[in-house]
Amino acid sequence: MSRLVAFAAIQGGYNIVSKVEGQYKKALETYSATTKVGFPNTAYYLPVIYSLLGLKVETLEDMKKPLDFARGLLPPHVKGSHHLPYLGPLLDAGMAALFAFEIKEALRYLNEPDFYLHSEDIDQEAGKIWLGAADDTVFRKRGVEFVDGSAPGFAAIVGAAPNPEIAKLIVEEYQKRSLYIFLAANQNGTTVAEQLLEAGVQIGWNTRIVPFGPDISSAIFALGFANRATMAFGGIKPGDYKKVLLYNKNRIFAFVNALGDVNAEWAAAAAGCVNWGFPTLADTDIPEILPTGICTYEHVVANVKHEDMVQKSVEVRGLKVSVSKIDIPCAFGPAYEGERVRGADLFCQMGGGKTQATELVKLAQMNEIEDGKVEVIGPDIKDVKAGGSFPLGIYVQIAGREFQADFEPILERQIHHLINYIQGVMHIGQRDIAWIRVGKAAVDKGFSLKDIGVVLHAKFHQDFQKIVDKVQVTLFTNKADVDKLTKRARDEYRTRDERVEKMTDESVETYYSCTLCQSFAPNHVCTVSPERTGLCGAYNWMDCKASFEINPTGPNQPIEKGECLDTVLGQWKGVNDFIFKASRGAVTHYNFYSMIKDPMTTCGCCEAIAATLPTCNGIMTVHRDYTGETPCGMKFTTLAGVMGGGASSPGFVGHSKFNVTQGKFLVGDGGLLRMVWMPKSLKEEIKDRINKRGEALGYPNLYDMIADETVGITEEEIMPFLQKVGHPALSMPSLLG
Amino acid sequence: MAEETKEKVVKAPKEKKVADPVAASMDLATQIMIKRAQELGVETVFDRAESMKPCNIGIQGTCCKNCAMGPCRLPLTKSVEDGPDERKGLCGATANTIAARNFARMVAAGASAHSDHGRGVAEVFMSVAKKETNDYKIKDPQKLIAIAPYLDVATTVEVDGKTVDRDLDEIALEVAENALNEWGKPSGELRYLKRAPQPLYERWKKLGVLPRNIDRETVEIMHRTHMGVDQDYKNLIKQCTRCALGDGWGGSMLATDLQDVMFGTPYPLQSEANLGIMKQDHVNIIIHGHEPILSEMIVAAAQSKEMIDHAKTVGAKGIQLGGICCTGNEMLQRHGVPPAGTFLQQELAIITGACEAMVVDVQCIFQNLANVAKCFHTKLITTHPIAKMEQENVVHIEFDEHHAMEDAKRIVKMAIDNFKNRRAEVMIPRQKATQIAGFGVESIKYHLGGTFRGDYYTLNDNIINGRIRGIAGVVGCNNARTRHNEAHIAIVKELIKNDVIVLTTGCNGIACAMEGLLSPETAAVFCGPGLAEVCETVGIPPVLHLGSCVDNSRILLAATEVVKAGGLGKDICDLPAAGSAPEWMSEKAISIGHYFVTSGVYTVFGLHLPMSGAPVFQDYMYNELEKIYGGMWDCEADPIKHAHKMIAHIDKKRKALGIDKARDRVLMDMADRQKLEAM
Repeated sequence: MSRLVAFAAIQGGYNIVSKVEGQYKKALETYSATTKVGFPNTAYYLPVIYSLLGLKVETLEDMKKPLDFARGLLPPHVKGSHHLPYLGPLLDAGMAALFAFEIKEALRYLNEPDFYLHSEDIDQEAGKIWLGAADDTVFRKRGVEFVDGSAPGFAAIVGAAPNPEIAKLIVEEYQKRSLYIFLAANQNGTTVAEQLLEAGVQIGWNTRIVPFGPDISSAIFALGFANRATMAFGGIKPGDYKKVLLYNKNRIFAFVNALGDVNAEWAAAAAGCVNWGFPTLADTDIPEILPTGICTYEHVVANVKHEDMVQKSVEVRGLKVSVSKIDIPCAFGPAYEGERVRGADLFCQMGGGKTQATELVKLAQMNEIEDGKVEVIGPDIKDVKAGGSFPLGIYVQIAGREFQADFEPILERQIHHLINYIQGVMHIGQRDIAWIRVGKAAVDKGFSLKDIGVVLHAKFHQDFQKIVDKVQVTLFTNKADVDKLTKRARDEYRTRDERVEKMTDESVETYYSCTLCQSFAPNHVCTVSPERTGLCGAYNWMDCKASFEINPTGPNQPIEKGECLDTVLGQWKGVNDFIFKASRGAVTHYNFYSMIKDPMTTCGCCEAIAATLPTCNGIMTVHRDYTGETPCGMKFTTLAGVMGGGASSPGFVGHSKFNVTQGKFLVGDGGLLRMVWMPKSLKEEIKDRINKRGEALGYPNLYDMIADETVGITEEEIMPFLQKVGHPALSMPSLLG
Repeated sequence: MAEETKEKVVKAPKEKKVADPVAASMDLATQIMIKRAQELGVETVFDRAESMKPCNIGIQGTCCKNCAMGPCRLPLTKSVEDGPDERKGLCGATANTIAARNFARMVAAGASAHSDHGRGVAEVFMSVAKKETNDYKIKDPQKLIAIAPYLDVATTVEVDGKTVDRDLDEIALEVAENALNEWGKPSGELRYLKRAPQPLYERWKKLGVLPRNIDRETVEIMHRTHMGVDQDYKNLIKQCTRCALGDGWGGSMLATDLQDVMFGTPYPLQSEANLGIMKQDHVNIIIHGHEPILSEMIVAAAQSKEMIDHAKTVGAKGIQLGGICCTGNEMLQRHGVPPAGTFLQQELAIITGACEAMVVDVQCIFQNLANVAKCFHTKLITTHPIAKMEQENVVHIEFDEHHAMEDAKRIVKMAIDNFKNRRAEVMIPRQKATQIAGFGVESIKYHLGGTFRGDYYTLNDNIINGRIRGIAGVVGCNNARTRHNEAHIAIVKELIKNDVIVLTTGCNGIACAMEGLLSPETAAVFCGPGLAEVCETVGIPPVLHLGSCVDNSRILLAATEVVKAGGLGKDICDLPAAGSAPEWMSEKAISIGHYFVTSGVYTVFGLHLPMSGAPVFQDYMYNELEKIYGGMWDCEADPIKHAHKMIAHIDKKRKALGIDKARDRVLMDMADRQKLEAM
């Protein structure tokens, strides 16, 4: 009975808009009309309103337009009989409600600045469990997971389950499927977030369980997240509402689970979400809307049993997700990657300064190893007392007809997240500085070191089936064995690093494309060369090469670079031909080594963005974790907003953090010696490499010459500093030619 | 009984045959009023249909009276069917030539009716654009801006290197000029043809049937069908195509568009239908005909306080307007004024004794109205210079756009003043039904997804998933040779029962409204489960009323929107769709039928088509045309078989599209998403 839904949702729409109008009126009486309003650290204003209506709400008075628009959208009520069509009106009422919700939440930020905790984690002790709007840093970091597929979608859960166990059951099933879980609203004062805490589940962005807020209006943050993805990664212009919504329908696999009684306001919100193609599944007996059209499949499905909720939800949304079936006693999946093992939960640990922990992946001959053999040599977890520690050597041998020594570091790097995927186990670092913390909960479930081997064996086979035929894992826990492995490993690391460092763009004929993010940025094509790693920081040339071997029709394709059209700026005919085709004609050419002349495109998931600073005759770069102002006049998030979505924007370029110290970094514009400003945190992160590269360029103290926010955040502020230290950029030819 | 028999025996030779009310109409109100007419001794079309039978040769399409050597009559007899067909007119014209020429002249007459209507609208629009009238204005500037590009009128201008919106008055004037030009421009082709799906336009172009202008194609038909000109039925039909396309994609479409611009684009609204809408204690004014130019003003006049007050002074409680035929549909779509009945009920509205005035303009107006009006107090007012009547009781008040409101008030006042003259006992049947009308290309789009997601794709998706089997356009007249409304209703019910959604216009729309089929509650009662579910979701009736007969152009555009929304092929002929005119009567129906056929729609007519006397020509129309245009003619009098012919065609198209099987639920993973095309 869609009519009943329409009736309720339209009533709900009126209620919500009227209430928010009242709150707005009150706010105008309390504050001046020019008072700044908005969500923390975002360049997208109130993102739902901005993306759909193109209106920038920056001050209290700016709220009037969208609020009036919402009022204007409210349709006539549905009559009992001989009613007029109501699907369009229903969706409009829902949209009106959502615009009002976003204003309501912005007013909450104004009236109660401390209501939400601006953080990725909750502060349970302080009672701060609501995180509110995701800021752009979180959004970009997490958004990348949506782009590369490590997060297939999100479930927005509103209300509360009948009890904490059911809440936990549902949420953990989503976690196993790697979905994000956004929590909003309450049911008679109870919330899923609180139920999860009661059931001992870690919540926060790191476990993909995000408690937005206790009211239904906070569900708007989920939509704000989705719509920013359409602009940042999809390159869709604000105000192009049709494209924004269709992008969501086709590419963002989200849906709503309504737990508990559905009232008119929930109905309005659910109707609003249908505009996005996000269906609602409820555990109560509400009228269903089954025909398809606005959503890909059903719109409203009712009476879903709690044990079926997850399976049914992904099916209704048309999403294919796989649950990693790995034979270990703990749950396993990307959702547990960010989970912490805190002091109180810790059972034992390996590495991390107290003991040595080393990881090494080596190529083996086919007849040398036995597939699936996992051996723990030395004491296992059951042999240590709570709070204990011991050394660990993880030695993985891989054989395969297609396996090459070049792939060793790539598989080795997987160990970090694969161990992190185990619920209750935390992995930090890599190589010979690894650190593994095992929680009590994991041990209670029967976790042993052997399970690490089981995970690595299973996942290497699963993820790299084209190149991996046999995997054998040995875990050493006796000090002597670990030390022996560590010594050998360090020799290996050195050899590998030298090999990679020697590799230059000139030394290879083939570059690799990366179109991984075309799921989100359909026109963007990265080209990865040995001296220009992917701008997301996740893929270097070697990774792409391996990825191609593993999946020859996948997102990384070899590009014969062909004739060099410009040696200084770095442009090749073969690359141009490829990107023209792969960008569906949107991009005809770009330069690898310049940000001034036709720079490479940016998808929006870049780790850092470089910008020109003409007064200083230099360039700056800023990474996405830095939320402050920069000398180019824009924060990272604004910069990313300006240039994301697969556009080539002269004067700006996206790049990886690692790329900064690579030999070809913007050499067409003068290279690293042009770098006059970086955020302090980034500078420190890559300090060693800056020093090394600076020395090679004849400026061993380059690190000290680069200004940061402690020096200033405008060109004028940093100029005297640059002059004082005699920064090389000042004496270089004019940047803009 | 005995007495009656006796009477019959005595009077039989002289007594005129009268209609059996139940056999004449399926509608109770109509039955009651036929009986009432007979009681009052007033003759109606239903009675005349009993006393006069149609010409046996004319019905076959093989009577030629195009020159004074004839009429030559070439009936298809048993011997012709069995042996070689050697029938010829005096000049040697074959049955094929004669039937094709007659058909062509029907197309020309029908197209000219619509197109002259369109011209009238365009002329009024020109005076609006020139600001020569205060009574009409641009009510829907959005629509004006939407159609301007199709008439090659720019909606933006460059000012200092910036693109800004162009002045609306300027746009209006250029739209008016370019639109009017479409009737008689000396070269080029009709601009609106490019609104059709690209492959369809290309097909027309390749076949050489793009109309050059609206009027020329009609004139050319008259020339070609003159004695001794075009004597190749295929070549004649080619010209029919040009002429009919000039109607559907030209005159009619321009009429619809410019009417929307001036009077507003229809949006769904609630109203009623049937004779029961007339009110005993009100001044009843029935407006009959086709052009909203007249009715718009009368609606405004009748709603004015001045007129309502005046009505009260004569003892009436108010003024009740009602429509007949397409004027009724125009007033319904834009103002919710209820139709009092279909084409065949026009005399009956007067016979209620409560009709103070019947105001008529053009098309489908019985001359007998004057005879009926004589028996009552009703003023029969003709308003159009091209449509007068010989009877002396007819009042002619010529309506012109420069004094429109003044004329309208004069007419309404005349009706009010006539209230006191009611003579015979008033008898208004109680029957009326509630309806939801006011659909159009724009409002359907809105209702398929609201302001933000409104898109025909919602419809397509439900066709692809099989909830909706296909789309039918069921349109057209009534015909007194068949039981009033029966075929309309039986066909529509059979279609919706089989999950085919119906778009309706004209008297089919009124017939469906009278039967309650235009009410959303109908869906659960009469529809198949899939269509019922979709109707419930969107909140629509299973039969969507798109307006008058010029508004068949809305069906063409709706079909085009469906093609554009994707998933159902590239051309109108790919769609699982079919057309029908169950009770057709007028030449306009032939023109409409032919522009649907040549736009790619399988179109089935009820009753008979005047080509049965020329089997070769008929085969060309029923079968060969599909290979040329993707659509073809057909005829089936039996309503259920009629509907199933349409359904069979829909199923054929579903199969060709590969949507004849249940759709799988596709679950997308990351790789699938990477393959998605950019928007």
